Amino acid sequence: MDRQISLPMSKEDAKSLRSGDYVYLTGTIYTARDAAHKRMQEALDRGEALPLDVKDNVIYYMGPSPAREGRPIGSAGPTTASRMDKYAPALLDLGLIGMIGKGKRSQAVKDAIVRNGAVYFAAVGGAGALLSKSILSSEVIAYDDLGTEAIRKLAVKDFPVIVVIDSEGNDLYETAILAYRKD
Amino acid sequence: MRTINVNEVTQAIKEACIEANHFLSRDVEEKLCVAAKEEEAPLGRQVLEQLKENLKIAGEDMIPICQDTGMAVIFMEVGQDVHFEGGSLMDAVNEGVRRGYVDGFLRKSVVRDPIQRENTKDNTPAVLHTEIVPGDKVKITVAPKGFGSENMSRVFMLKPADGIEGVKNAILTAVKDAGPNACPPMVVGVGIGGTFEKCAILAKKALTRPLDQHSDIPWVAELEEEMLVKINRTGIGPGGLGGSTTAMAVNVLTYPTHIAGLPVAINICCHVNRHAVREL
Repeated sequence: MDRQISLPMSKEDAKSLRSGDYVYLTGTIYTARDAAHKRMQEALDRGEALPLDVKDNVIYYMGPSPAREGRPIGSAGPTTASRMDKYAPALLDLGLIGMIGKGKRSQAVKDAIVRNGAVYFAAVGGAGALLSKSILSSEVIAYDDLGTEAIRKLAVKDFPVIVVIDSEGNDLYETAILAYRKD
Repeated sequence: MRTINVNEVTQAIKEACIEANHFLSRDVEEKLCVAAKEEEAPLGRQVLEQLKENLKIAGEDMIPICQDTGMAVIFMEVGQDVHFEGGSLMDAVNEGVRRGYVDGFLRKSVVRDPIQRENTKDNTPAVLHTEIVPGDKVKITVAPKGFGSENMSRVFMLKPADGIEGVKNAILTAVKDAGPNACPPMVVGVGIGGTFEKCAILAKKALTRPLDQHSDIPWVAELEEEMLVKINRTGIGPGGLGGSTTAMAVNVLTYPTHIAGLPVAINICCHVNRHAVREL
């Protein structure tokens, strides 16, 4: 089912999404990948505040290529989400409501998704030029020294994603494959 | 003897880095178009249409096809009658990568030390594989490699008794483990034989062979065809979201090996199977 969702996302919206739904996201999302997650975890370990309030927000696992002049961002597709599995449950427990990436998640992440009524979306990997067209603006808000791995605040309009893991723990990567497996 | 100034190498590599990250070779693009027509899954067809649209935007607006513009892997075939002048060849190669990635608005994805992980900020150094060949020409293939798929690549040190069935199992295991992580539809590069490192380099080089060609060795060509069918029966599909197009090609290269061994490397590449060639 095609859905339009505005961000930050309400709990009701998150719970209404089903594995396999095609969703267009509009609003604010934040980027973070390996190095930024490591720093956020270190901040939490020291009892410090995070550079963004994760509550009801969506994190996009993405490190863009540099923007050409006059453009908000360069190529901007998802990176492999499993590398963030170590850090994701703590953020979900703090209220993070969605993640955008590609690829499988661990059982610990799935459990945290269900526990918190969150959702894991996939964007199409390797479609960074196309996806950049749905990004209206980009601003580094933390960890500038990390270059492409800095945390960015993005304004997106009709950003296309697919629900992979829904708030009930259904996983499209496991179910969709069965329909087309021929052995 | 032919003398080539290393500045020519720098310029060729700079251009090839930019070209490879914005334009796929004709054979790869054609395979994607065929897949978009033949894919059984509606969502899979939608993903493949997005990938076609992505390629169009990348070329027209000069936005990299993928934000992971890779680590610059370079195969250089150097004619044995060539003499390089004007400085260090390795420095010239890295200068080409530096200019390509900085001037071409490509992402800098290389860290200087694998543990300390400080970004080099210019995507250097390259990974350079040189081969000395007859003649007085230089052929440079720049193949930027993204790490979503690189991370899912494997080396299996099989034993002679494992035979062809062992090789097939190794390939299927690597592809199934890669699943959605490697941005399918994939290109599967396979190296069989040689040593631990030789099979890995063969697997990487296999990715640069045109996707519409098969090996000249009959049993290898058969293996390529059979594995492509088997991989496309796994159901993984475009984006790993289910479907009949999990791989666009399986390219296999072989090399003599030791009486005690059967090394097999599987280098998985995403659908952005990039390479640009320059000849000097």
